[in-house]
Amino acid sequence: MALLRNVPFASILACMVISVISMVFRGRIAKVLSYLLTTVLLAASLALTWYFVQGNDAFVFTMGHFGDPWGNELRAGLLESIMAAAMSLIVLAALAGGSYMIRSEIPDGKKNLFYIMADLMLASVMALIYTNDLFTSYVFIEIATISAGGLTMSRQSGHALASTARYMIMNLVGSGLCLMGITILYGTTGHLLMGSLHSAVQSLFENGSYHLPLMASLILLTVGLSIKSGLFPFHEWLPDTYSYGVTAGSALLSSVISKGYIFLLIKLYTRVFGLEVVRASHICILLFAFGTMGLIVGSLRATQAADIRRMVSYSSIAQIGYIYIALGLGTQEGVIAAVFHMLIHAFGKSMLFLSSGALIQASGGASDFISLRGSARRDIPAGIAFTVGAMSLTGVPLLGGFVSKIYIAQAAIPRGGLYVVIVLLALAASTFLNTLYFLRTVITIYRSDANAEATRHAGPVNSLFLCAMVILNFGLGIASRPLYNALLSGLNMFI
Amino acid sequence: MSRKAENWDTSWQKRAADWLRDGTDALDRAMISEMTEAPAVAPEDVPGAADVFEKKVHEDQQKEKAIYQTLHERTMTRGLHHARVLYRVLSILVCIGIILSLLHAVIEMPVFGSPDSPVVNDVSRRYIEDGLKETGAVNIVAGMILDYRAFDTLGESTVLFIASCAVMILLRRDRKRDGMMEKGSLPEDRDIIYEPHFDPILQKSAAFLTPVILLFGVYVVLNGHLSPGGGFSGGAILGAALMLFRNAYGVKNTRRFFTGRTFTTVVFLALLFYAGAKSYVFYTGGNGLESGIPLGTPGAILSSGLILPLDICVGAIVSCTMYTFFALFRRGEV
Amino acid sequence: MSASLADHIYEVASVILFGIGFTTLLLDRNLIKKIIGMNIMDTSVYLFLASMGYISGRSAPIGDGTAPSAENIINPVPAGLVLTGIVVSVSVTALMLALTIRLYHRYGTLDIDQIVTLARKGDEP
Repeated sequence: MALLRNVPFASILACMVISVISMVFRGRIAKVLSYLLTTVLLAASLALTWYFVQGNDAFVFTMGHFGDPWGNELRAGLLESIMAAAMSLIVLAALAGGSYMIRSEIPDGKKNLFYIMADLMLASVMALIYTNDLFTSYVFIEIATISAGGLTMSRQSGHALASTARYMIMNLVGSGLCLMGITILYGTTGHLLMGSLHSAVQSLFENGSYHLPLMASLILLTVGLSIKSGLFPFHEWLPDTYSYGVTAGSALLSSVISKGYIFLLIKLYTRVFGLEVVRASHICILLFAFGTMGLIVGSLRATQAADIRRMVSYSSIAQIGYIYIALGLGTQEGVIAAVFHMLIHAFGKSMLFLSSGALIQASGGASDFISLRGSARRDIPAGIAFTVGAMSLTGVPLLGGFVSKIYIAQAAIPRGGLYVVIVLLALAASTFLNTLYFLRTVITIYRSDANAEATRHAGPVNSLFLCAMVILNFGLGIASRPLYNALLSGLNMFI
Repeated sequence: MSRKAENWDTSWQKRAADWLRDGTDALDRAMISEMTEAPAVAPEDVPGAADVFEKKVHEDQQKEKAIYQTLHERTMTRGLHHARVLYRVLSILVCIGIILSLLHAVIEMPVFGSPDSPVVNDVSRRYIEDGLKETGAVNIVAGMILDYRAFDTLGESTVLFIASCAVMILLRRDRKRDGMMEKGSLPEDRDIIYEPHFDPILQKSAAFLTPVILLFGVYVVLNGHLSPGGGFSGGAILGAALMLFRNAYGVKNTRRFFTGRTFTTVVFLALLFYAGAKSYVFYTGGNGLESGIPLGTPGAILSSGLILPLDICVGAIVSCTMYTFFALFRRGEV
Repeated sequence: MSASLADHIYEVASVILFGIGFTTLLLDRNLIKKIIGMNIMDTSVYLFLASMGYISGRSAPIGDGTAPSAENIINPVPAGLVLTGIVVSVSVTALMLALTIRLYHRYGTLDIDQIVTLARKGDEP
């Protein structure tokens, strides 16, 4: 239907308009508006996915009356609509499932500002998914940065503010590098829209002219975006930020925003530069190496964590390492494995954060492992959700993590040689370490505790969403083959 | 004494060596020693010290002294000493490394000012030659940012909006909602410290300057499509006028025409109009329909389609946001 | 090499400022100096962008009554990009300064390492 062609532009504009409207209302109306927005966007993105599954081709939506290369454009395909649907679902689940946390931890006068930040974060992720222009992506990267900072500092405690400061500083370093990369790229090609950029970069690469500036811009953009998504040497800001904000906010940050940045990086690699240029610049080797180190270091630090939220944050670093290992292979299969793992990780990690929030609530607000003993018996859906999330990220069959690790290993095989050895060793080591810390946590939360005092339950809405996400995770694991095929055809449409 | 030794204390060699050693130089050390050895004058001994202002200043001085003491002690600790020297040397090396690597890449870029750099292509040609016809704006840059590439400008206004929301999360004091503060309990309520009591020079000059600045700001906003200017620069000028008025006449007089509600209303209406107008343009553009907005005669003030109303919206948003930032930083409430 | 440097004088200046600002933002301990470093870094990129647009011998992109021709006018695109960038930079600076004010009121110091240490020692969740 022709109406479905308006979904990308309408998604972004709707988020912005709802956020402006939320400014004049109090927290409760802002909350209802956000729920409405995410539900409508979920339905629209699913409809758009159906439109592509039926065989329609990717289309370009001109923003204004002038197209490539003069005006601005959005581009939608199967891959983008699947990502958009996933992101809206996660935002809905995090906001609705975490509403008890938002109610208790954020001061009354600032609740509507929290929902404004969440709406604008969704707007920025939608724009990063659909955009076809380089400078627009920079502007929306900045919106994503500020909104993530806003979500973290809503809690107003000293710890939250200090972690927000560190978060903002590292992210601004990343933004500055991205901006310099964009500037150099514009300076050598003269185009900002990705279609014309691609042909310009291809011709420059074949001629060999402006070789160093091209490589420099690729490196700057990669380093900038990997700082912002938490790749190995630049990951120090991540555990503090995820542990000390509102847990619903951490679910949003870890599952939505970092995926938006990685998706933009994939877009730059496949649509702007092309995988041959990326391989020729040897940046892949760097991503591969840092991904592997992030995997090991993240898993090791997670085993040492004494607080459940910190453990889940370090596990996030390890999972981002997986994604960069897959990207660092530099092939199409690697890219699809990376996107697949992004989806699995997004659903699994948000469920982990939401359930740990509920478990903390069931233990009287304490988050260290001693107080969490037996909390799964006090809040049964949260315990089940945490266990399923842990199993998914460790790689138990029937769940998504198992399948994505197989895909990553399969993508490494054509590369041959040292790559296969390192990937298989890294997968084995990390699975062992994951089992170590996740199993320890699951055992802890299921231990029977002598003092079974009645503590606050997170509420039926939270349990409902957790159950829904458990079913979704199982569904993703069982139906992984159709999803993989969909992603494959999506990537062919993407380039 | 030789000439060298006379100027040694303030020469750059000594200052660099000092910075490398412990991060301070002669000026810092003078300031620290002044702070730490100032005579402790009890507030009762100073004539007129019963005055609230003097007490507050004295308290602040004591606090600063304590902070400098602790900082001074920490920097002098032996164990961290070498690490800090290494850190400083490393920072300089990192800086030089980044500069050199970027220089290598940038040297190969097109020469400054050359007419055949890749940046001068069909895109800029069409903006320059057909810009007037297609957008109606005499100022080509305004036509570009508000018509050809309008989505970026919408994103930019959103950045301003989200930053003001974030600053409100951090700094706004909600008296009634947070339930903790009545009027008069905050130090900022005591105007005598934070507001000008009566400053005749500032007030007389503000009385003359503020209307002139406001008029100029309005002129810049309205002429965005005809001459250099536009919503952003004009909005900044209007915001500056509001800040000057607030500084000269105090918060009560400013609240007569600009309160928190004014800010919310203006930003709400302006952003909704902007998003609505641009949605219409994007919808018609993306679906291949004609937008039906008249372009007028170039050079007239009522021309260039939507650019003038959007400039006014942007000017309103920017001026209110700038003033709100100032008010929130100053008192925590608009 | 030196002839090359003189040809690219604005780009070289921009890169030097970028390096200084980047290092200050990343490695200095004082929060206010970090914010200043961020501003220097962003401004250097705008200098780079603006210098890309200039073509010697041509005038500003504003019509002066005659029909504009691409031979007499500089490239208007970088000017628009810089406009957007400046507003983004101002917004982020305001946010960072507000954060600094709150942290200073709460912890009494501007040193980011000390703030993190004090936060960890405190007993807040």
